[in-house]
Amino acid sequence: MDFNDNQEEAAFRTEAAAWLKANVPSVDELNGLDDIAASKLWQKRKYDAGWACIRWDKEFGGRGATAIEQVIWNQEEGKYDLPGGVFSIGQGMAAPTMMTWAAEEHHKRFLPKLASGEEIWCQLFSEPAGGSDLAALRTKAERDGDDWVVNGQKIWTSGAHYSDYGIIVVRTDPNVAKHKGLSYFFLDMKSPGVEIKPIRQLTGGANFNEVYFTDVRIPDSQRLGEVGQGWQVALTTLMNERASIGGGSSAVNVDMAYRIANEVMIDDKPAIEDGAVRAKLANWYVQESGLRFTGYRSMTAISRGEIPGPENSIGKLVGAPKNQEMASFCMDLLEMSGAIWDDEMSKEAGIIQMNYMGAPGLRIAGGTDEIMANIIAERVLGMPQEPRMDKGMPFSEVPTGSN
Amino acid sequence: MNFEFSDEQELLREQARGFLADNCPPAVVRAVLDGESDHDAELWRKVAEMGWTATVIPEEFGGLGLSYLELVVIAEELGRAVAPIPFSSSVYLATEAVLALGSTQQKEKWLPLLATGEAIGTFALAEGNGRPSAKSLKTKMSGAGLSGRKLPVPDGRAADFAIVVGSSDSGDGASMYLVELDQVGVSRKAVRTLDFSRGHAVIDLKDAQAELLGGEGVGWSALEKLMDRAAVLFAWEQVGLADAALEQARDYAMGRYAFGRAIASYQAIKHKLAGMYVKNTLARSNGYYGAWALDSDSSELALAAATARVGAIQASVHAAEENVQTHGGMGFTWEFDCQFYYRRAKLLSVNIGSEGYWQDRLITAMEQNNAA
Repeated sequence: MDFNDNQEEAAFRTEAAAWLKANVPSVDELNGLDDIAASKLWQKRKYDAGWACIRWDKEFGGRGATAIEQVIWNQEEGKYDLPGGVFSIGQGMAAPTMMTWAAEEHHKRFLPKLASGEEIWCQLFSEPAGGSDLAALRTKAERDGDDWVVNGQKIWTSGAHYSDYGIIVVRTDPNVAKHKGLSYFFLDMKSPGVEIKPIRQLTGGANFNEVYFTDVRIPDSQRLGEVGQGWQVALTTLMNERASIGGGSSAVNVDMAYRIANEVMIDDKPAIEDGAVRAKLANWYVQESGLRFTGYRSMTAISRGEIPGPENSIGKLVGAPKNQEMASFCMDLLEMSGAIWDDEMSKEAGIIQMNYMGAPGLRIAGGTDEIMANIIAERVLGMPQEPRMDKGMPFSEVPTGSN
Repeated sequence: MNFEFSDEQELLREQARGFLADNCPPAVVRAVLDGESDHDAELWRKVAEMGWTATVIPEEFGGLGLSYLELVVIAEELGRAVAPIPFSSSVYLATEAVLALGSTQQKEKWLPLLATGEAIGTFALAEGNGRPSAKSLKTKMSGAGLSGRKLPVPDGRAADFAIVVGSSDSGDGASMYLVELDQVGVSRKAVRTLDFSRGHAVIDLKDAQAELLGGEGVGWSALEKLMDRAAVLFAWEQVGLADAALEQARDYAMGRYAFGRAIASYQAIKHKLAGMYVKNTLARSNGYYGAWALDSDSSELALAAATARVGAIQASVHAAEENVQTHGGMGFTWEFDCQFYYRRAKLLSVNIGSEGYWQDRLITAMEQNNAA
């Protein structure tokens, strides 16, 4: 049992670290660029040198690297503060779905531009009536010649306003059971009839959108999977979503809380001397450490060429509520001034308050706490699903709250 | 990255699990729970025959000279089986104390006997209610011998000798002594604890013959180091127990029907069990960290041990409690085995210091790492 790379892994790590050291963009280079421009600059540089999407085949712009090499690359790249979040949905979710389901010519056309960062993709799954019960979505598509005509509304679409393409699940047959009437497409986000409206979140920011579809035409050639097979295709995407969202690491962590607890006072003594403070920090350390070493166990499985066990599914279920609890606790440590959310005046430049405000979203995105617990119970522990009222019922007859 | 047990260690686990399924089924635990004896002497003899008591003792002292990774595998399986034997006292505490602090003479005398299981050792720290400290200890050496009252002492009646922590006027205020328990100056009485499957005793020492173990006045710092090592081993017993309790809850929920369906299909039950799984997984992964630190004699041992211990306490107590609740009324009966885990989990969680003690040790280790 050790933490060391084997010989090939160590060689790969050295090579990756050296390339990063020589090529990471300087502050000057990124100065004045917005997040998208900065992300594109860095992504293109990686692509040109063969360090973009390294798990992908070389013909698609990747490096043909192994899973463990991907982990090592992520660790090394993670040592720098780099732009690039705008690509995570396209590269992490749309691309694997395209690789599994799209035609050869689509691979050639779209994958290299996903890898190079030239094109950005978004994911159009959730709807006002389809959240945890995603398959209850209602946006409909009707066949018209070689096209499908789409009408309806999507919601919670990250980055819709700057995306070039989107993956979308729609209902093509309302008269069969819920999961059987869905089909999956990709579309040009500049298509006529697509209207994007930002959603203002409780944080005050606007990272998500509502996307309205009015008679939007999608060519049948952009369908992935058979008509009615959309749910199966969507599962490919969702499996990759859970792999890419992860969890556990956060700016608000035990290091930060420990630092604050050493600076602020309780009864004229550093807060870190308070027994209740120590107990809480210890508990969160146990969670952070537990997630870290769970990750090491998964990495070991990957290193051995195995598929990691289900242990990793706990990352988000532990990490997201922990982030909220710790942010709340750090504000408590600051007592009355904990309420101040101001980049200049707040301790830690307002990161604590920002995390507290954003935390409810993290506990929902990519599967709520409750859905994550269901997944563990069903897929890991083998417990049965709850009986479903809509099982086998034509979708058009399924009861809803609105009728 | 190689953060897993080796194939040989996995083989050992398989053998251990099979052996305990044959030799330590629930009926064996129940017999000790229902009976008058402090432990199952027959199981102890068989476990010793398997060489488990000899695992980390060097070959020159009659041991197998294996690593702590082998020992944690065995600990996990003993925890799963809720084995009613003095393994933790004799192996994780007494053997470790003699290995770490014993003179050549003490090692030559005791290690071969500990290896074969002929001698059972234990560890006597507590002197009644509250968290002990070097200052609080009343047990003391005088010209005539060691005197004081140790309460409770796990496996105190089964043990042949005890490592006794006593007060000292020098150094850190404590010294450790090796005391043979079959002597005029020692009297022992059974103490009832919440886990009837593990015997405990009150030991009164009156001018007892005792040998210093390690130096005079270094007992408290030696104790903390010893506790770190034991914490990792206890943690693995607790992790094994926690998983066994979760599996029992899952199996029951799958077979128990209410309102026309298995209770395992209700989210209230699924989320309860998913919560157990999360705590168990974190505890297991922290157990790996502890095992690595113990095996590699890492400078991170204090932090790793406290982390493993806190996680294991939380997981095992939670799993044992919620396992009973998942069983409903039947879980509250004497007839059902849920009580084994419920009793043992709480016993193990206070045996070498409570959750609060180890949370404090964890932050202290963090402070020391930051200062260094």
